[in-house]
Amino acid sequence: MTSNLTSEEQAAAAAVERSAATSQLRFATAGSVDDGKSTLVGRLLHDSKSVLADQLEAVEHASRSRGQEAPDLALLTDGLRAEREQGITIDVAYRYFATPKRRFILADTPGHVQYTRNMVTGASTAELAVVLVDARNGVVEQTRRHAAVAALLRVPHVVLAVNKMDLVDYAEPVFAAIAEEFTTYAASLGVPEITAIPISALAGDNVVTPSANMDWYGGPTVLEHLETVPVGTDPSQDPARFPVQFVIRPQTTEHPDYRGYAGQIASGVLRVGDAVTVLPSGRTSTITGIDALGAMVDVAWAPQSVTVTLADDLDISRGDLIAPSDHAPKTTQDVEATVCHLHDRPLRVGDRVLLKHTTRTMKAIIKDIPSRLTLADLSHHPAPGELAANDIGRVVLRTSEPLALDAYEDSRRTGSFLLIDPADGTTLTAGMAGDSFAASADGAEAARDDEGWDF
Amino acid sequence: MTTVTAINAEEGAGLYALAHLDALESEAVHIFREVAGEFERPVILFSGGKDSIVMLHLALKAFAPAAVPFSLLHVDTGHNFPEVIDYRDNTVARHGLRLHVASVQEFIDDGRLRERPDGTRNPLQTVPLLDAIDKNRFDAVFGGGRRDEEKARAKERVFSLRDEFGGWDPRRQRPELWQLYNGRHSPGEHVRVFPLSNWTELDVWQYIAREKIDLPQIYYAHEREVFRRSGMWLAPGEWGGPKDDETVERRMVRYRTVGDMSCTGAVESDAVTIEQVIDEIAASRLTERGATRADDKLSEAAMEDRKREGYF
Repeated sequence: MTSNLTSEEQAAAAAVERSAATSQLRFATAGSVDDGKSTLVGRLLHDSKSVLADQLEAVEHASRSRGQEAPDLALLTDGLRAEREQGITIDVAYRYFATPKRRFILADTPGHVQYTRNMVTGASTAELAVVLVDARNGVVEQTRRHAAVAALLRVPHVVLAVNKMDLVDYAEPVFAAIAEEFTTYAASLGVPEITAIPISALAGDNVVTPSANMDWYGGPTVLEHLETVPVGTDPSQDPARFPVQFVIRPQTTEHPDYRGYAGQIASGVLRVGDAVTVLPSGRTSTITGIDALGAMVDVAWAPQSVTVTLADDLDISRGDLIAPSDHAPKTTQDVEATVCHLHDRPLRVGDRVLLKHTTRTMKAIIKDIPSRLTLADLSHHPAPGELAANDIGRVVLRTSEPLALDAYEDSRRTGSFLLIDPADGTTLTAGMAGDSFAASADGAEAARDDEGWDF
Repeated sequence: MTTVTAINAEEGAGLYALAHLDALESEAVHIFREVAGEFERPVILFSGGKDSIVMLHLALKAFAPAAVPFSLLHVDTGHNFPEVIDYRDNTVARHGLRLHVASVQEFIDDGRLRERPDGTRNPLQTVPLLDAIDKNRFDAVFGGGRRDEEKARAKERVFSLRDEFGGWDPRRQRPELWQLYNGRHSPGEHVRVFPLSNWTELDVWQYIAREKIDLPQIYYAHEREVFRRSGMWLAPGEWGGPKDDETVERRMVRYRTVGDMSCTGAVESDAVTIEQVIDEIAASRLTERGATRADDKLSEAAMEDRKREGYF
């Protein structure tokens, strides 16, 4: 690249820059094959022009060879041979599409009852969850499970997509009743923001293009909502958390004494000059420099990967946490958490496991499993003794070392952990420190008034 | 030098927004640093193709001002474009890196592998790759694979566990939650790591443009002798083309992906600058592999089968 660009080249470069400066939304879908989830996802990809000619050709070919007349959009997303043979989706699949306004990472999770763990996995990184229901069936047990998982994982935005409206004559009362029931339920779990949209994924109503069949609905289509929902939280509202991943020490003639702490800011904002405490040692220092991947900056925020230098030569290594001295988390060796058990081997009281939290891994013992949660009605089953795959329950742990843990409701990144089998490294359990659900706050009511559906 | 791109004001994004390329970059750097902290002997698969070039660029950024704590590995089919091999060697020399080469040709010469009737060597890469991983005791192997490339890859993890045969069992993959990657493995097993999992082809090109990364010239439009086979423009070479009924002609072409000469097709193009390439890609109605990679067309389940065998 030369510096004496023609105006045309400058315009082209500016266009590249603009197109590269869009926001990104990670969202998850939940719903069963019968609810038409694959069709909804296929429709989103197809109608947003994210399906390319050769993919569509493959789908048309496969549909014809199965004797279907119209291309089956669900085939766009069914990946593995085993699934195609069984006609089900067995795992989380990630899909990518973009519009001029935003780019999307979709965690497409199967909704079948035994795959709770897949929805938990998909929801763990999602800022929005789309819960699909069949307008003919309304809110069923599975819908309540999906709402509970979204609430448990603290997904900030939930969309209720009431599908197959074409099969109920696009009747507004059917939609209104389902929307009311779901919204009341999800709000009681503390879901902060709920939007209900009547759609037909098969016919295309309100997925990407507004429906001519439902002029009583004045809200956004699914895609419009995905494009406009606020992304991310305001990091200036959260205390800074910086788990050290790696210590950079070049020890070259050029940088004889350089010692930088590399990591990704897990929450909040770091500034040069901040007084910080290093946990678990409790030693204190001041930030003297922030290197944002090649640019020396005065301020950086989650989720940027940076390298931080401190005023004092402290003994800091991978696994330590750098936090503001006036907002440091407490350290503890006694952890109470809600967990989703992921593995076919059950989790039992007395099990010795490894606990991975941010960049630290330590030993832990399962001291107690006080209760198992039934997602469909949120009832607690006391003292189950063990948790099986897809079970959600409360667990009490004792760790071998002090741990700087936040409540999951305050920080998804520093409040979450994995339990790992020390024998073979298997990921056993996903954990969220603190209370299971946000209390049903008045805030949920207020948010509904702002974000309600106007029809 | 990096600058964090401000998002358009009309997005309504706050003061602390992060443009998607910055978010993807930070995520990839986090993955590189995680591997550096948890593994003994990581290696980056480096072919001189654009995805591996972007991976190396991110790795250099992740550990600056110190050196990248990984070596590089190239599985050389013997049918590579000379421009790409030159680029590979220059890059290794410029950054003072260590390159391991696993040669398909050597395996054919000493009888451990047999040439396929169709002359394509991409499927033959698995054996030399696993041999190099085994001999060098690599425990983490970075690949440039992206989940948007192909349906079987949509289910791939960022940390993908492989058994001692290099095999990938979709049912044995560990759930991956939040940004907590589990790299624990037994002796003999290794982990494939995909830092570009969440990138799309367009993201890769936009990042190359933003960072002003040099690429081998064959990624830009140039005049070249090509012939048509199975609807693709292939470059003549000792690998087995053209056949008697195929005619060589000179055309303006560029490559969207760069692999083995026998199965990497060129697309007709006049795009000589990165901006023109991006415009063409953004407007393209064919996915990257569908347009240019013969090997993925083998069957609907071809990629899935080869992943199970230990291919990427």
